[in-house]
Amino acid sequence: MKTQCRRKYTIFHDIIRNRASYLMGLPAILYALIFGYFTYPYMIIAFQKFNYRTGLLNSEFVGFKNFEFFFRSSQVFTITLNTIWLNLLFITFTTLAALALALMFNELRNRYFIRINQAMIMFPNYLSWVVVSFMIYSLFSTNYGLINQILSVLGSKPIAWYNNADYWPAILTIMRVWKGAGINSVIYMATIAGIDSTYVEAAVIDGAKRWQICRYITLPLLMPTVSILTLLSIGGILYGDFGMIYAIVGDNGILLRTTDVIDTYVFRALRRIGDPSNAMAIGLFQSLVGFIMVYGSNALAKKLNPDAALY
Amino acid sequence: MKVKVSPWNILIGFVIMLFAIFCMLPMVLTLMVSITSEDAVRQYGYQLIPKEFSLYAYKLIFHRDSSVMRAYAVTVSATLIGTVLATTITVLCAYLLHNKNVRYRNHLALFFFVTMIFNAGLVPWYMMCRTLGLTNNYLALIIPSLVFSPFNMFLVRNFMNSIPDSIRESATMDGAGDFLIVFRIYFPLCSSVIATIALFYGLGYWNNWFSAIMLIDDTKMYPLQYTLMRLQSQINMIAEMQRTYGRTLYDMTPPTETVKMATAVVTIGPIVLLYPFLQRFFVKGIIVGAVKG
Repeated sequence: MKTQCRRKYTIFHDIIRNRASYLMGLPAILYALIFGYFTYPYMIIAFQKFNYRTGLLNSEFVGFKNFEFFFRSSQVFTITLNTIWLNLLFITFTTLAALALALMFNELRNRYFIRINQAMIMFPNYLSWVVVSFMIYSLFSTNYGLINQILSVLGSKPIAWYNNADYWPAILTIMRVWKGAGINSVIYMATIAGIDSTYVEAAVIDGAKRWQICRYITLPLLMPTVSILTLLSIGGILYGDFGMIYAIVGDNGILLRTTDVIDTYVFRALRRIGDPSNAMAIGLFQSLVGFIMVYGSNALAKKLNPDAALY
Repeated sequence: MKVKVSPWNILIGFVIMLFAIFCMLPMVLTLMVSITSEDAVRQYGYQLIPKEFSLYAYKLIFHRDSSVMRAYAVTVSATLIGTVLATTITVLCAYLLHNKNVRYRNHLALFFFVTMIFNAGLVPWYMMCRTLGLTNNYLALIIPSLVFSPFNMFLVRNFMNSIPDSIRESATMDGAGDFLIVFRIYFPLCSSVIATIALFYGLGYWNNWFSAIMLIDDTKMYPLQYTLMRLQSQINMIAEMQRTYGRTLYDMTPPTETVKMATAVVTIGPIVLLYPFLQRFFVKGIIVGAVKG
């Protein structure tokens, strides 16, 4: 508006006019300020030799020393690679399993059968990784585990699963699929339910078999959803699943070679070793690169399908 | 239209059933071990069918002074208080971003977006909690990291945006203030999406051990999940010591195998009880969240 007689409508006017609404939003705004924006200055710790006693303002600045130490050690390479590799495994196999489940459920017509099986398949999703780690232990424990019992029945030697790091990417991937495939398949089933039924009807009239309907109609129409969800999860590839990996692997040093990810490393540096500066250095690296990737993947997803992007 | 059952369908049904059994198997194993006697476990290992039935583990857990019962009380209260608080904060803020009278609502949305996509990480979060004194008290289990999630807020806001604005306008015309409108009109109209986010938060609080491992040192305040986790690592530690020293350390009898599994079962309990409810609203939220956040 060009009229100069009215003063500019600023946020203060807005707050006064809608004070009740703003009052309602206040707790959330404060929360986002405190646990969002006000945490950003603490990232300076990465350039300091941080001391809990003197605090953020009076700790000694050391420039890029923390990064130097950190990029010179081979550890950073290992944990970054582990994070990416494990996430790639998780994304690939969870997506494939969820897709397969959705397509298979789509073929079935008996509602009760679908309901019961779906309820069973989705149950693990609600469990915490701590509980899951107990289940893994009951399967893989060297002395008592079910799998070693089966191995001994089959005549082979028991395997010390918890003493060999090479098995764990596979075990973690299997448990990931076990926990997440059900809930992910629901998203694909919702997409399938949204497919225009005239496509299928036309194909049936043309004499298409069910396999052909699945291959040439359902799957292609499902692909946009699949690619966007995959894209979004690739955006988060630098963020390791701390809740999962720490609950399962814990402080078992033998398994760290293949399972240590950025998030568990940061946790150990901060809480076990007590070196916030080192933890923050890799944390900063993860935050910056991770942000670019999340932002980029979202922008790309938005380009592919304006409705689908997360933000 | 009656579809006749083809061999193809039977095969698919069979594969799905196999996967469903694969999903339930670890749970069943845990349950079965928890009701086996300790001796049988030590002798035969974990078995799907108990060789010797015993409820001793549960007796130990439900003992009056057991740490598990204490942790249970901590978790139940944190979950109840936290969920009510988190849901209220989220819905109220969603209304602020939905209200068409608020002209800066899109700026505010951006304000929340930024915290969603740029995360400073663990160390700043931890330092902030220390600065605020959120360590070693019950508030530390409730406030940091869980009490408000912008993602859930946008879920509610999008649902509110689908409600015709004329309802709010006519209520305003009749002299209703914003608080009255939210509590008398929006809460009932949004009940399904509120149930969904309440479940998200509730499950988050119930399964939360991250706050405890980061912020709590006092064993009395440990929530259930973290107690469970410590049980596991204590056992690992003792096993490692035994490997190192080649003998059992006196005075350190490890928590028994069955007690571990019984604790896990007790932890799952409420999830099983709420399961039909969970399925209904949780799934709805996942679909809406994934298809359009």
